Amino acid sequence: MEFYLTALVLGLCLASMSLGIFISMKIFRIPDITTDGSYTLGAVLTAILLTHHCSAMLIIPAVLLAGALAGMVTGIIHTFVKIDALLSGILVMTALYSINLTLLGRSNLPLLDVQNIFSSLTFFSASVFNNLALGFVFISLITGIMAYLLRTDFGIAMRATGNSEPMTRALGINNNKMKVIGLAMANALTALSGYLVAQYQNFTDINMGIGIVITGLGSVLIGEALIKWWNIRSILWQLVVVVSGSILFQLVLAFTLSIGVDPNLLKLVTAAFVLLIVLIPRLKKSE
Amino acid sequence: MIELQNISKVFHKGQVNEVCALTDLFLTIQKEEFVSVVGANGSGKTTLLNIISGAVLPSSGRIRITETDVTRLPEYKRSRWIARVFQDPLKGTASELSILDNFRLAAIRTQPKNLIIGINDVFKKKVRDSIATLGMGLENKLEQAIGTLSGGQRQALTLLMSVMDDTQILLLDEPSAALDPRSATLILKTASELISQYKLTAILITHNLKEAQLYGNRLLQMSEGKIVRDVSEEEKKRLPLSEMYAWFDI
Repeated sequence: MEFYLTALVLGLCLASMSLGIFISMKIFRIPDITTDGSYTLGAVLTAILLTHHCSAMLIIPAVLLAGALAGMVTGIIHTFVKIDALLSGILVMTALYSINLTLLGRSNLPLLDVQNIFSSLTFFSASVFNNLALGFVFISLITGIMAYLLRTDFGIAMRATGNSEPMTRALGINNNKMKVIGLAMANALTALSGYLVAQYQNFTDINMGIGIVITGLGSVLIGEALIKWWNIRSILWQLVVVVSGSILFQLVLAFTLSIGVDPNLLKLVTAAFVLLIVLIPRLKKSE
Repeated sequence: MIELQNISKVFHKGQVNEVCALTDLFLTIQKEEFVSVVGANGSGKTTLLNIISGAVLPSSGRIRITETDVTRLPEYKRSRWIARVFQDPLKGTASELSILDNFRLAAIRTQPKNLIIGINDVFKKKVRDSIATLGMGLENKLEQAIGTLSGGQRQALTLLMSVMDDTQILLLDEPSAALDPRSATLILKTASELISQYKLTAILITHNLKEAQLYGNRLLQMSEGKIVRDVSEEEKKRLPLSEMYAWFDI
C-alpha cells in the first residue's frame, strides 16, 4: 500500500512539470526538450540552497525564476534566431547539463539532514500522509493559479497563439513574445517539479532529468485522451485531468515494478507505455 | 486613409525564383471607400493586402495609415486600425477555443491583453446579441469550440469579430472563395452591411467578377504587380459584367 502511496506523491510532485508540458505541447504545440535540463536545474538549485540553510519556502521564487530563464532562452533561440523549436530545446538542455554540473560541483548531493518543505510543514503525524497532503495542497494551488491565468484575456491570447498564428497577429498579439512567455512559464513549472522531487527523494542527481520529458508528455497524453473522451471544455478541469494523468502514470510505473520488472528497464517501460497511450486512440479511430 | 507610395515587393531577391509581386505601386484610398480588387492569379492582389496589413513588409516605398507612417510597423501593431478576414476560414478563428473566447480576443484587438477575466454576463449578452443577427442559431452555442462549426459559419463569425473592437479598416481576402454559393452571398452581404454601418474603409479581393461589380464603390484591376484599371463609383455602376470579363481575355 505504502508503495503505491509513494508513487502517488511522486505523481503529484511531477504534476507541476506535466502542467508545464501542457502549456508547451498542448497550447503552443512545441515539443520542449528544455524540460530535461530545467527539471534538473530546479533540483540542483534546491539542493545548493538547502545545504546553505535557505528556507524551503524562499527557494521557490529562485527555482521559478531559474526555470523561467531557461525557457526564455529556448524561446528566444526559437523565435528570434528562428531555429526549430525541437533543436532550440536540445541546445538549451545540453548547455544546462554543464551549468547544472558546475553549480552542483559533483554528480549528486544527498539532502538527508536538512530541513525541507516536507519536513517543515506538518498536517499528519504519519510521514507518508503528510507528504501526500503537502503535495496535494501544493499542486492544487498551482492548478488553481494556472486555471485562473488561462481564463484571463492574456490566457485566451496565449491559447489562441497555438491555434492560429495569422489570427492572433491580426488581433494585435505578438506571437513571438507570447511563445517566449509560454516557454518561460512551462519551464518554471518544470523546475518546480525538480524542487519538489529533490526534497521528496532527499537527494539531487545530475542525471535525474534524463528522459523526464517523456514522463510529462505521457501524462499530458493521458490527460488529452481523457479530455477528448469526456469532452471537457473547462480549463480548470482540463488541468485537473492532466494532474491526474501524471499520478496515473506513476501508478502504472509502480505497478510495473511491483510485478517484478527489472528497475533497469524502467525507462524502456516508460517509453513503451507512452507509445501505447499514443496508439490506443489511433486504433480506436481505424476501427 | 491608406496611402501607398512607390511600393515594390520582391520575393527571393537575387535568386533564380525571384518574383516581383508589386512594382512601383501608388494607391490612395479615402476614408469610407470600399474598394474591390480583381486580377488574375499572381497579379499581386494578396501581396497588396499583406503589405497594407503588415504581414509582408515592402522592399521599397512608404505606407501611411491615417497620416501615420507604418512602413516598418509589424502586423500585430497595425491591428489598432485594421481587422482582417482571411480566405481560409480556419485562419481567422482559433479552432480549439470557444466562440466566446474568440469573440473576447477580437473585442480587445486594439487593447493590451491583461491578466483580468473579461468574459462576464454583460459581455456574453453582447456576443449573443451580435451573433443572433446572423440567424444561424449559433447564439446558443457560445461555449462550443469554434472548430466544430462549418467554414461558412466560421467566416460569418470572423466578420462579426472584426467589428467587436474599434475598427477603421477592414481587409477581406477572398472571404467567400472557400464557401458554397449561399454562404458566399451571406458573407458578402453581411460584410457590406457592416462596412456601411460602422463607416469602415474596406478592401475586398475577389476572383468573382459579379461580386466585384455588386459590392464596393471603387474597382481596381491588378496585373503583374501594378494597378492597371481604377474605376470610380459612377463608372462602376454603368460597367457591364461582359466588359469586365473582357479585361481578362488575352
